[in-house]
Amino acid sequence: MRPAMKRETAGLYLAVCAGSILGSVLRALASIAAIAWLGDAFPIGTLFVNVLGSFIIGFYATLTAPGSRMMASTRHGQFVMTGICGGFTTFSTFSLETFMLARNGDMPLAALNIAVSVVTWLLAAWIGQALAMRMNRVGGI
Amino acid sequence: MQEAAWAISWVVLGSALGGPARYFVSGLIGRRVGETFPWGTMVVNVTGALMMGALAAAVAVKGLLPAPQTWQFAAVGFLGSYTTVSSFSLQTLTLARDGQFPRAGWNIVLSLVLCLSALAAGYEAAAAALRLAAS
Repeated sequence: MRPAMKRETAGLYLAVCAGSILGSVLRALASIAAIAWLGDAFPIGTLFVNVLGSFIIGFYATLTAPGSRMMASTRHGQFVMTGICGGFTTFSTFSLETFMLARNGDMPLAALNIAVSVVTWLLAAWIGQALAMRMNRVGGI
Repeated sequence: MQEAAWAISWVVLGSALGGPARYFVSGLIGRRVGETFPWGTMVVNVTGALMMGALAAAVAVKGLLPAPQTWQFAAVGFLGSYTTVSSFSLQTLTLARDGQFPRAGWNIVLSLVLCLSALAAGYEAAAAALRLAAS
């Protein structure tokens, strides 16, 4: 790889790394807060970060798409989307929590977690995109 | 308060590795098989679920809990950032917006089925192996 490309690749990895740390720490804090305030009967902390993260990525991706409201460098995009949103959201924790609900005999709650999660994740991403599209068109809110 | 800062440090270390690992793996797969279907995201999420299952079993059977920093580093930090729902959501929506409804549907179904199966398989296999090793 040419030196310039190596530098660019390193820069992208650094952006992903930094964003991932930021997103993950925020996720950890959200998780602690959720359990403190709402208990751990239902994985509300994980649902919260996955829904919010889906909203943000939907919003950012559409807002920075070619020809849209905001211009963002590749590095910025990787920082926000791959880094922050990727670190903030988690499929593994969702999978574990669903499995544990089922394993502890609470099948209805496990099924509910799956259904509510997928629907709200996708809805959040869709709303994020819709909001950004509106901002792209009108030039403001 | 100090305990929380200590725990967060382990999350920082794990996530410093997890995000870049996801970026590398999904990028590699994207370059190999193309980007018409989000295989890269599916691979990281499924392999991440497998590892999470094994880790959870290790905690349950061997009692890793005396070392909570291991969980903060590996589960919350690494696996939490290695796997992603945001990319899954964006990619599913993009498929749907492009009119690729079957692909969008399959992404949802396969991701859920494979991730939950992988987690269960990782858990049960690791639990069995650990119990065998302990006896």
